[in-house]
Amino acid sequence: MNEYKPVANSINPNRKRRKIIGASVYCIFLISTLVGIVGLGVLIFDVLDKGIPWLNWQFLTDYPSRKPEEAGLYSALIGTIWLMFMTALLTVPIGVGAAIYLEEYAPRNLLTKAIEINVSNLAGVPSIVYGLLGMALFVYYLGSSEQFLGRTLLAGALTLALLVLPIVIMASREAIRAVPDSYRQGAYAMGADKWQVIKGVVLPSALPGILTGTILAMSRAIGEAAPVIAISALVYMTFIPAHPMERFTVLPIQIYNWVARPQEEFRGLAAAGIIVLLAILLTMNAIAVVLRNKYQTRSEE
Amino acid sequence: MKWLFMACASVSILTTIGILVTLLYQGYGFFNEVSPWEFLTGTRWTPILKPRSYGVLPLVSGTLLVTVIAAMVALPVGLMTAIFLSEYAADNVRRIIKPILEILAGIPTVVYGYFALTFVTPLLQNIFNDLLVFNALSAGIVMGVMIIPMVSSLSEDAMISVPRNLREAAYALGATRYEVSLRVVVPAALSGIIAAFIIAISRAIGETMLVTIAAGATPRMALNPLEGVQTMTAYIVQLSLGEAPVGSLEYNTIFAVGLVLFCMTLLMNLLGFWIVRRFREAY
Repeated sequence: MNEYKPVANSINPNRKRRKIIGASVYCIFLISTLVGIVGLGVLIFDVLDKGIPWLNWQFLTDYPSRKPEEAGLYSALIGTIWLMFMTALLTVPIGVGAAIYLEEYAPRNLLTKAIEINVSNLAGVPSIVYGLLGMALFVYYLGSSEQFLGRTLLAGALTLALLVLPIVIMASREAIRAVPDSYRQGAYAMGADKWQVIKGVVLPSALPGILTGTILAMSRAIGEAAPVIAISALVYMTFIPAHPMERFTVLPIQIYNWVARPQEEFRGLAAAGIIVLLAILLTMNAIAVVLRNKYQTRSEE
Repeated sequence: MKWLFMACASVSILTTIGILVTLLYQGYGFFNEVSPWEFLTGTRWTPILKPRSYGVLPLVSGTLLVTVIAAMVALPVGLMTAIFLSEYAADNVRRIIKPILEILAGIPTVVYGYFALTFVTPLLQNIFNDLLVFNALSAGIVMGVMIIPMVSSLSEDAMISVPRNLREAAYALGATRYEVSLRVVVPAALSGIIAAFIIAISRAIGETMLVTIAAGATPRMALNPLEGVQTMTAYIVQLSLGEAPVGSLEYNTIFAVGLVLFCMTLLMNLLGFWIVRRFREAY
């Protein structure tokens, strides 16, 4: 299709000049690559530098306070854990079910195509738009000023579940697609029906991949602040939620709350909160990587 | 069982419908009181302060200003990173760099907001004396760094799928590595690269916490990056924090703004996917 201009035309006999250009272009590419890495390094160094002095046990077990030296993120930490597990509980069955449908059942027709395009488009919808959806649909009920679920954990988890659903679906599809067809045919040959094949063969072999995708989706979910702010607003939490119908706050919102204050001390608290958040995220990512590696070596046997 | 799984798959369709219905229904309440023409062409956005005015353009221009700055950082840097990873880097170098870029992509945006406000802005204030505390410049630069991984990984995917024999043919003609990279691989992967650009820009438009924290809350039409602006997303957050009474005009403004935001990002995403599909080189 494309007509490539013959490279030979652009080759001039001046090898030396071309080599110098080549070397300098290489340097530019290398420097560009380093921009992202250096940026990450500076960010992490800055956060550690400002946050570590504030990081202690009390910081993890205290409620937010107007006095920076007494403030902690206990309620946000517990809220994040609540929200993560509830979101996973809501989104994983639906996401895996949708992936099973698309990979194992769906006929190649217009509807299937529409669902596929729809999933990839949903992944590109800004997260704050999900916040608006959750606010109008779950917190209130479309326009009516009565509360439906209110600004509760459940409303937050439902919103985040919709937000990460495309990620779970796409990761699960990939995991299911990677199960070799010979496995399925082997099971069919033994007389298994379709559901038995899926339950007994496809899902167990796809499980590590699904788990990896789920963990990554949850790490996306607990880093999100925008949609959760639309659901929970900035609430001053001096208790921890005991059940899904209570109000809540999460780490990113607590961090935002502290960043938004002008005093230097609260910036330090924000940095300490960021360290806690990043530590949780890195742990989750590490688990996902370990799972992925274990899974890959096993399938090579 | 089939129907149960189909129900699961239809949740994604229902989500899209839910988003559309929510935005249109609540937006309808807004456009009952404010004409769409006034909304789309007005140049003053003061929905809370009197005299009230509902022109969305200041929010759109604020969004675009930050996005353009981010694109100026991320597109060249991301593309060159992709070229380096796909054409220059040895396998073991790539194995180190790619996970680092993935970490960069996984950092919550509220962290980038913190970084822009407390590190980059003071740094830039040494260079630009009249840089305000909340400004579009540092938000844009940090957002650019944030979307580098997106540009680089999508462009790299496009470059890696350029067949080896095109490269080898060029080498056989005596081309050097950068000539092969820039005159063979990049043109051959151009559709994927442009799609990567568009999808990354759409991500920048929808980015929320970074601009809420670092870019400020003053809706302005001006293009001076040294001052604060308010983006569409930041306005939505500002108003959701204020607990506007449900059903009121102020409450409905965020859905009207959300509708504009949704349409912009959706169009860009569709364009990106369309370019990938339409102009994909089949080798």
